[in-house]
Amino acid sequence: MLFRSVPDQTRKMPQVAKVKIASYSVFGGFSLTINQAYRFALIGLILLYLAIGAFSWFDQERRRKFKRRVPFRLAIGLVLALWDVLGTKLLVLPQPFFPGPSRIIEAFLMESDYIWQNTLYSLRLFSVGFLLGVAFGVGTGILIGWFPRVYYWVYPVLKITGVIPAVAWMPFALTLLPTPFSAATFLIVICAWFPVASLTAAGIASTPRVHFEVARTLGAKTRYLVFHVAIPHALPNIFTGISTANAFAFTTLVMAEMMGQPGGLGYYINASKVWSAYYKVFAAIIVMAVLFSLIMHVMGLIQSRILRWQKGLVKS
Amino acid sequence: MSEQPLSVLSKVILQIDSVNRTYIDDEDNTVEALQNVSLSVNRREFLSIIGSSGCGKTTLLRLIAGLDTPQSGQLILNGEAITQPAPQRGYVFQQGSLFPWLTVEQNIAAGLKARGVHRQNKDEVADYVTLIGLNGFEKSYPHQISGGMAQRVAIARALINNPNVLLLDEPMGALDSFTRADIQDKLLELWKKNSTTMILVTHDVDEAIYLSDRIVVMTPRPGKIKEIIEVGLPHPRHRGGSEFLSLRRDILETLHMASANPQPEYMI
Repeated sequence: MLFRSVPDQTRKMPQVAKVKIASYSVFGGFSLTINQAYRFALIGLILLYLAIGAFSWFDQERRRKFKRRVPFRLAIGLVLALWDVLGTKLLVLPQPFFPGPSRIIEAFLMESDYIWQNTLYSLRLFSVGFLLGVAFGVGTGILIGWFPRVYYWVYPVLKITGVIPAVAWMPFALTLLPTPFSAATFLIVICAWFPVASLTAAGIASTPRVHFEVARTLGAKTRYLVFHVAIPHALPNIFTGISTANAFAFTTLVMAEMMGQPGGLGYYINASKVWSAYYKVFAAIIVMAVLFSLIMHVMGLIQSRILRWQKGLVKS
Repeated sequence: MSEQPLSVLSKVILQIDSVNRTYIDDEDNTVEALQNVSLSVNRREFLSIIGSSGCGKTTLLRLIAGLDTPQSGQLILNGEAITQPAPQRGYVFQQGSLFPWLTVEQNIAAGLKARGVHRQNKDEVADYVTLIGLNGFEKSYPHQISGGMAQRVAIARALINNPNVLLLDEPMGALDSFTRADIQDKLLELWKKNSTTMILVTHDVDEAIYLSDRIVVMTPRPGKIKEIIEVGLPHPRHRGGSEFLSLRRDILETLHMASANPQPEYMI
């Protein structure tokens, strides 16, 4: 990494192609080349780790945690350096499929607005589809778990349609629903619906009888039995369903976007691939990794907040 | 019987008239859980039902609670037939009956909320927390407290509705003997304070003698009442006292379990 800091003009290295290193103007009137940008990114990363190290140094617990992560962070640096050497310097990796890290940063320098727009599109599609799917799943799950009649009629339908990957409905969704957005929403709804509904139903149905009997001897009516006994008991199950649905929904989201959406990260990948702009594909993948991790993290926070009564009761 | 004066009639809070209850078990056999059981329970009485497992004592308690219905016969509480569970018949289950997703104070308050009482109940709940000696554990979840504490919470949850009758289904069955003795004293204290009628199902003879005014001895297959024994000892009772031990021998003999020289299971 460090030898790249020497200005290109002064080093006499065999040039593979005549490439003009473009500079992009960023906020505040600065202009950056991709090499400078990558340098800043690396310096930023190193400073971040140094800051964490300094912060952790004075606390016994944090220091141990920091030390435990040292080998992994060192490996990150080594891998980045190796990638840079193979992908940018020596061009050993097949181009343009595996660009170096600085090239990927170029995608962000070039069209960060466009990437941001597509990210927002994905986020909007995911939120609408996933929230509707979870709401719908919890609703039907409660009905299936509570009423034997609903179980009899709806559960087999759920079992058969649930195993079909949601994207298989794509042709129908695109034809029958008015807009591409509503079509993709529909696909995410049904892919989230299945795991949430079946696990909610299982959670409701497995409520110990003694809990219902306790509530009834205290004078509880059906409303209390459903909302204050069965549903709280089913909550751990519901959250298992939601995290499964989460993973399904990411897959469905990206596939739906790749197959017929006017925007979104999946669309961006597809559009970039057509121009062989694989560095943009990687940029979109990185955005997805960050976005989806953030979503998972928020879901985890919500879950541990709602299920805090389980703390110490279950392993992990 | 029909000649009884009115004052004696009103003394009876619960009347059980020739109740029958049969079950079909897993192997399609008909099990007579209760055969022609009749019993009257007096107001403010501490009554224990004792017997070996399968004698129908829990079935009888569940019938009184309204969690189960008899095939014939009837149960009358304060002049009304029992058809379904109601908060005036509090029920304390054997163990693990607290809602694991509610804290100690929320579990106690659930007694009020379950029957649709949503008024401010903080003071009331706090009183019961103090009464069962769980101050400092209000915000604990059931898995964070001991089995004995959990049973005290279950008792408080049933008592917060001010029941006429508190039904106790071996509430101390799963506890160690020290915790058990502790809760027995707590129960006596609550009984004297709240003037509740207590009906306790147990398989522990000492527990029955220590707590009860009368002991109903039941025998299995078919489940029926063998004998009703008046205890008639003043409180506090001494578990090693001669009257206590002779009562113990009588009951064990009735249960066909008495040995020549019965040894107390524990002495405190």
